[in-house]
Amino acid sequence: MYVAVKGGERAIDNAHAWLAEERRGDISVPELSIAQIREQMSLAVNRVMAEGSLYDPDLAALAIKQARGDLIEAIFLIRAYRTTLPRFGGSDPIETEDMTCDRRVSATFKDAPGGQVLGPTFDYTHRLIDFKLAADGEVSTVPVSAPRQSATPHIMSFLDREDLIQREPAGDDAPDDLTRTPLELPASRALRLQSLTRGDEGFILGMAYSTQRGYARNHAFVAELRIGAVAVEMDIPELGFAIEIGEITVTECETINQFQGSKTQPPQFTRGYGLVFGMTERKAISMALVDRALRWKELGEDNLGAPAQDEEFILYHSDNIQATGFLEHIKLPHYVDFQSELELIRKLRREAQENISQEAAE
Amino acid sequence: MNDYNFAYLDEQTKRMIRRAILKGLAIPGYQVPFASREMPMPYGWGTGGVQVSAAVLTPDDTFKVIDQGADDTTNAVSIRRFFQKTAGVAVTEATSEASVIQTRHRIPEEDLRADQILVYQVPIPEPLRFLEPSEVETRKMHALEEYGLMHVKLYEDISQHGDIATAYAYPVKVEGRYVMDPSPIPKFDNPKLEMAGIQLFGAGREQRIYAIPPYTQVVSLDFDDYPFQPTKADHACGLCGAEDSYLDELIVDDEGGRMFMCSDTDYCATRRKHGHVGAQGFPFAEDAA
Repeated sequence: MYVAVKGGERAIDNAHAWLAEERRGDISVPELSIAQIREQMSLAVNRVMAEGSLYDPDLAALAIKQARGDLIEAIFLIRAYRTTLPRFGGSDPIETEDMTCDRRVSATFKDAPGGQVLGPTFDYTHRLIDFKLAADGEVSTVPVSAPRQSATPHIMSFLDREDLIQREPAGDDAPDDLTRTPLELPASRALRLQSLTRGDEGFILGMAYSTQRGYARNHAFVAELRIGAVAVEMDIPELGFAIEIGEITVTECETINQFQGSKTQPPQFTRGYGLVFGMTERKAISMALVDRALRWKELGEDNLGAPAQDEEFILYHSDNIQATGFLEHIKLPHYVDFQSELELIRKLRREAQENISQEAAE
Repeated sequence: MNDYNFAYLDEQTKRMIRRAILKGLAIPGYQVPFASREMPMPYGWGTGGVQVSAAVLTPDDTFKVIDQGADDTTNAVSIRRFFQKTAGVAVTEATSEASVIQTRHRIPEEDLRADQILVYQVPIPEPLRFLEPSEVETRKMHALEEYGLMHVKLYEDISQHGDIATAYAYPVKVEGRYVMDPSPIPKFDNPKLEMAGIQLFGAGREQRIYAIPPYTQVVSLDFDDYPFQPTKADHACGLCGAEDSYLDELIVDDEGGRMFMCSDTDYCATRRKHGHVGAQGFPFAEDAA
């Protein structure tokens, strides 16, 4: 006698209760506050905002807490929340020239207006575990200087004056929104950039790295990498002018790549572009490299069959929420389809064995 | 839960999805792109079906969710609870009482009526995907009705295995035009694709919706000398004795002993209520506790 397995409802409730307990961990250890995560895990917060496509540090910090530090899970929470928000309009393009730069480096000119500002970078830290941090996280006094008041011109603008860098055509006033229209190919560059900026950091990094190692190689000079706060302005129809609705921190990377030219046009450098929410420079540089690799058709280059040149491959596989959902769904029950395969393979084996024994008899 | 709109999605989004559904019904088997939303459950776990259900549900509906034919599988429970919470609709496990049924991998055994809607969760909507990975190419193939590749695949199966080696997600041709993936239902279910109810297919991650209107011709692809054969395990249900239903196989002891039972739990329970008892079963009332 057999009693059918039941209890899906109870299993789910119990699993959720256990999960909540595990999330909290040892209750003799003080609980993390949202402010602690926001302030002390800020790069994780930045990644969640960038890939969640929602600029809200407190919400991102809360998502990280809820997700037990699993950043893809936190990004998922943010995305699912974001979908429920109404889209009430689009901002004006941000002016990164007016950025209050925390960091601004150029790999192409030793000095330029605005200077080289290292900012709070890991770059020249020796990666030695700082055991002192285990006991005491206090910081010593940090030297302070007055911030630069005037705009910091883009390095590219100096090349542009000499006509050395390819000019970008002005885009549509309002590009399509990747999150509101189905992706159809070929996609505009604006859509590609939207996809890359919210794409998985690891995936975009891997793709960018592959171009450096020879899969559609096109050496990139980092003309400029800048990180800082910019104002977001929006046109209010009732007012007839734009007002500032907030301030966000972004990372912008512009690369200079090798030239093209023709009989009628002298050679010019070409561009790759990366722009990501928050302090996220690994992602911004990667994005610029992949952006450049995807532009092969528009720039009249050969399709070398490299993964980073394949728009469909990149755009359909860079989203970690899509990827992780589909990947993990294979742990759901598949009894029914597996059963149909079981029957099929038993039948095929039976037939094959009959054939083999028949041939042996002959 | 008042923080969210009825059935979670906002009305604009539902309207967009309904337009895709209507287009799908107007062009049976054609995959309509739609701006799939990020749902509060993972892609690959029924987000397409959930969005379609959200777009068709009304407060008067009675909703049923099955996964692998069963109402009690964890993901079916999760989706049913989602709509209980966000739409407050009545739910049921009885196929005949439901006005909207969301399913993964099965078509209920009981025939559906004209006033019922069956919503399928679809992982990969493109039947040609595993023959041609590029979406740009497969859309072209559909537009040109170029399905030779699919027939070559089926032919190669026969030459290698002596049989068509597709047991689920078995491709069909809808109303003599589009080749369509019926989602990963066992091919046993394919003949039921011609039905009185409306069938809607939602693929969230892949951003596609397609549909089969009532009484539409749906033909499983085959060859004259290798006709399509819906198959099931050659057993009767151990619990209710049904010989006409699709069966799950269970391993019931350490020696690898097997038992077969209906995958459609409502069908099985209803039969048992009516007094049918299988070889390993017992009269219905006994497992009520």
